[in-house]
Amino acid sequence: MSASSAGLSEAQERGTGDLGVVIERASGSVLIVAHTKPEVLARVEGLGDLSHASVVFSRDQRFAYVFGRDGALSKLDLLRPGIAARVQQAGNSIGGAISQDGRLVVAQNYEPGGIKAFSADDLHLVAEVPARPGPNGRAAKVVGLADLPGQRFAYALFETGEICVSDFSVPDAPRTECAPAGRQPYDGLVTPDGHFYLAGLFGEDGVALWDSWHPEAGVQRILEGYGRGEAPLPVYKMPHLRGWAQAGERLFLPAVGRHEVLVVERRDWRELGRVAVAGQPVFVMARPDGREIWVNFAFPDNGRVQVIDAETLTVRDTLEPGRAVLHMEFTPKGDQVWLSCRDDDQIMVYDAMTHREIGRLAARSPSGIFFTYRATRFGM
Amino acid sequence: MRRRQGAFGVAWGLVFAAVVHAEPGVARQEALVRLVRQDCGACHGLSLRGGLGPALTAEALAGKDGEMLAAVITHGRPGTPMPPFAGLLSTEEITWIVERLQEGFPPLSAGSSSP
Repeated sequence: MSASSAGLSEAQERGTGDLGVVIERASGSVLIVAHTKPEVLARVEGLGDLSHASVVFSRDQRFAYVFGRDGALSKLDLLRPGIAARVQQAGNSIGGAISQDGRLVVAQNYEPGGIKAFSADDLHLVAEVPARPGPNGRAAKVVGLADLPGQRFAYALFETGEICVSDFSVPDAPRTECAPAGRQPYDGLVTPDGHFYLAGLFGEDGVALWDSWHPEAGVQRILEGYGRGEAPLPVYKMPHLRGWAQAGERLFLPAVGRHEVLVVERRDWRELGRVAVAGQPVFVMARPDGREIWVNFAFPDNGRVQVIDAETLTVRDTLEPGRAVLHMEFTPKGDQVWLSCRDDDQIMVYDAMTHREIGRLAARSPSGIFFTYRATRFGM
Repeated sequence: MRRRQGAFGVAWGLVFAAVVHAEPGVARQEALVRLVRQDCGACHGLSLRGGLGPALTAEALAGKDGEMLAAVITHGRPGTPMPPFAGLLSTEEITWIVERLQEGFPPLSAGSSSP
């Protein structure tokens, strides 16, 4: 080998497969963490308003792209902790995704509404797709952005009630098609195989479904009967669909305005059942082996986490990890689950098989936890 | 009512004042700041400059009637994702939040998320 390999620092010699980042939402910082031990490796500061921040990873799992609420997009180096590139790309942003080939990082924006594609390398702007104006004349807010096979991205528009798909096969000349989806889509998800895109609707019953194999079929509606004639409960935090939970042929979705998790048959999109839970579900996530579904809740029930048995569709455990449990993340094979307890300034680490605590890590107002294996998955 | 001067008397005076003005206590005020910034911030942004919900900065709320704002917090806005907080917050707490929003909402205190 050449002399350069002898010059590798200790940091560079480390692998990145067990790394991740934790958003410290109030202080504009993130922690770089490792889950083998588990441990905190470094804190990177100066990232702006990180309320509702989300993260995607580079194809090689060395870099994390952090989308801030204030519209900043930052590229973090996990091995040499620090900011490798940063761009102030919008006034108000909600998240992003990375393309199938790993070359484009796409931000979804509220203000101005639309999506923007950046080079994953140096974050220079490659293309932008403004959203159609809503009733107030301003471009609609983009929700639920997800990467699809073929350099495509699916997303929904809150005010205009559409699902759109932008194709970046020619990176600087994207082609976009939109179809009506229903009232007030609030988030979206792509199935793990990248085949189907689903958008949850706040303004009406049902879920919008788009089939990437058959775009000509437009948007279908599934679960139409759900919630009809029932008075919804108040929703103090919008549920997230992005942490999709597919276990075998069953899909688990948070209900909106009901303290239930919906169980859907993946083959025909029929409702198989509902599991009564302790509050408005926010994240509904399958343990990687699919045997259990873990659920956290909106204010004021956000001190609890419930575990659903994916086979019997019953709640098999109720945990109280701490105050304001905002997010959960499984390790790639699901031996551990990390839980952010915002109001305890702490990450709780549980053995995901026994549900026993195995460690805790100090963090300032932690929210999202993201591990690097997401780089290999659609919709994450 | 006459009370002996001293720390004890001062403390009772503070309690009395709090009741008269019906303001939340200091600890509760901190909890309310955290609630607004962290939980309302899920839609309105931690900086309250807006998100899925509108901005709640003093500039954004300028000219808006305080009672109307209190009614929105109390009852929510049907047809939008804004939920009602009646039952979770008292009338006095909602009034306190509206007044703070109108003058520019206080920041999270240092170590904000700790009790």
